[in-house]
Amino acid sequence: MKPLGLPKFKNGHRWVAWVPTLWLLLFFLIPFLVVAKISLSEAAIAMPPYLPVIEWVESGVAQIRLNVGNYLFIIEDPLYAASYWESVRIALVSTLVTLLIGYPMAHVIAMSPEPRRTLLLILVILPFWTSFLLRVYAWIAILKTNGLLNSVLLHVGLISEPLVILQTDVAVYLGIAYTYLPFMVLPLYAALSRLDRTLLEASADLGATPWVSFFTVTLPLTLPGIFAGSLLVFVPAIGEFVIPALLGGNDTLMIGKVLWNEFFANRDWPIASAVAIIMLCLIVGPLMWLNRLQAKQEQGA
Amino acid sequence: MRLGRYVMPVSAALGFGFLYIPILILVIYSFNASKLVTVWGGFSTQWYVELFRDPQILDAAKLSFKIATASATLALVLGVAAAMTLVRFRWFKGRTLLTGMVAAPLVMPEVITGLSLLLLFVALDNLLGWPAGRGVTTIILAHATFGMAFVAVIVQARLRDMDRTLEEAAMDLGARPLTVFFTITIPSIAPALVAAWLLAFTLSLDDLVIASFVSGPGSSTLPMVVFSKVRLGISPDINALATLMIMIVALGGAIGFWQIRRSMRGRSSR
Repeated sequence: MKPLGLPKFKNGHRWVAWVPTLWLLLFFLIPFLVVAKISLSEAAIAMPPYLPVIEWVESGVAQIRLNVGNYLFIIEDPLYAASYWESVRIALVSTLVTLLIGYPMAHVIAMSPEPRRTLLLILVILPFWTSFLLRVYAWIAILKTNGLLNSVLLHVGLISEPLVILQTDVAVYLGIAYTYLPFMVLPLYAALSRLDRTLLEASADLGATPWVSFFTVTLPLTLPGIFAGSLLVFVPAIGEFVIPALLGGNDTLMIGKVLWNEFFANRDWPIASAVAIIMLCLIVGPLMWLNRLQAKQEQGA
Repeated sequence: MRLGRYVMPVSAALGFGFLYIPILILVIYSFNASKLVTVWGGFSTQWYVELFRDPQILDAAKLSFKIATASATLALVLGVAAAMTLVRFRWFKGRTLLTGMVAAPLVMPEVITGLSLLLLFVALDNLLGWPAGRGVTTIILAHATFGMAFVAVIVQARLRDMDRTLEEAAMDLGARPLTVFFTITIPSIAPALVAAWLLAFTLSLDDLVIASFVSGPGSSTLPMVVFSKVRLGISPDINALATLMIMIVALGGAIGFWQIRRSMRGRSSR
């Protein structure tokens, strides 16, 4: 006898699969199509502030008005090109800084004996649970011209004049490295803990110094982890808004900030949409690469 | 230079310092009587008093807690469904699509997610008259969407490691799939569910960018209020707020540890 009030075996499974899929289609994928559509419309003083792309002229006849003017405007104005380039450059440098800080941490965690290993892992993840906004804010007090870092360095006598770090690109690199560090350490740790230790012993037996072993065995074998961690930092860093807004200067032109200003200050939704579409095109490549890396890792695990 | 002895541990220690020193500074200076960071004006709790007298911050905090609770709960249900589908349902034709859609929100720049959701809500509003303006509902929907991606990642990992013999035994004894799910699967992945809900809650509580795009007039969340204050410079009551949040997280972490250790001991003594 079939129980009453409960979905049938197969149908129940169908629902479980389709509800999250449809949800993400509606709230994640379709919105990009809406952005693409609005990037082709014209700005207007109205609510919402753009002209419709498709208009019903008479019953059954639609007039489609596509406006590539926004894209032409972005391509022709050197300000946009400069800020796309700056975003990629800043994201690349920050990713490198994060990798340099994160690799030794992941290495030490992976080589630690068990109780300490879990503790260190939790210590890496824990800051991720506290407010990102407030942790970025903490850096203002440290990096200010009359802030903590400068007063310590002046006191010790390492510098004779305060360093200007806040409102420069250096502050943005530090801010990005600081907030995205767990994203770098975790995949590196996963790669390092899977490393076959006997290979290191073999290379040591054959006379390699630890440094040589590191560069010829450990580093090449953990490359997938390095790429995965780097992409997890690089992709979101390109569109970062909060960090350049709080730590960067007025001349730090990151594309996330440009989009924010087009939307909130200029209220030009079509231009903001076009900026977003071009940014999306920039990150699609790295995103697919990351997807492939993660799929491969799952198969290997 | 010995690689394993010195270079790696020293640089790792510097890395951990890099992570924790700013947090430590926030906590210390929340008790500073002086408004200046470089001057220690003596121990004081005045910024905490000021914080609790600020109606703007209190209202925003209440709103943020409400949104975070609702969106984390929604994200948990959706994320568990997505994780079950990805790990268990080989027959599902949309698997590749779902895999991509679960992974992408994790790295998607927030400005893009925020703008695209806002434009979707405006389009839906014009088309269907729903969600009728922007505010709490639209923020909850937006946060549930990116929260579910994080939930799905955590729960997926746990489902993969899970021992399935109990489930199979229950099935063999004639239990219906739904009964198996609620009496065996859910209890055995419970710690992951708690962690996932808390993470979705924290991410919602912390989000500035997406909420700014999809919120309407009169619904300012806590990060929005904090951001507008912080932009004008250092304000010590924000240090106090940060310290309170850090205390809560540290407490949660300690409870989590205790639970993990207890369950580990229980397992080894059995």
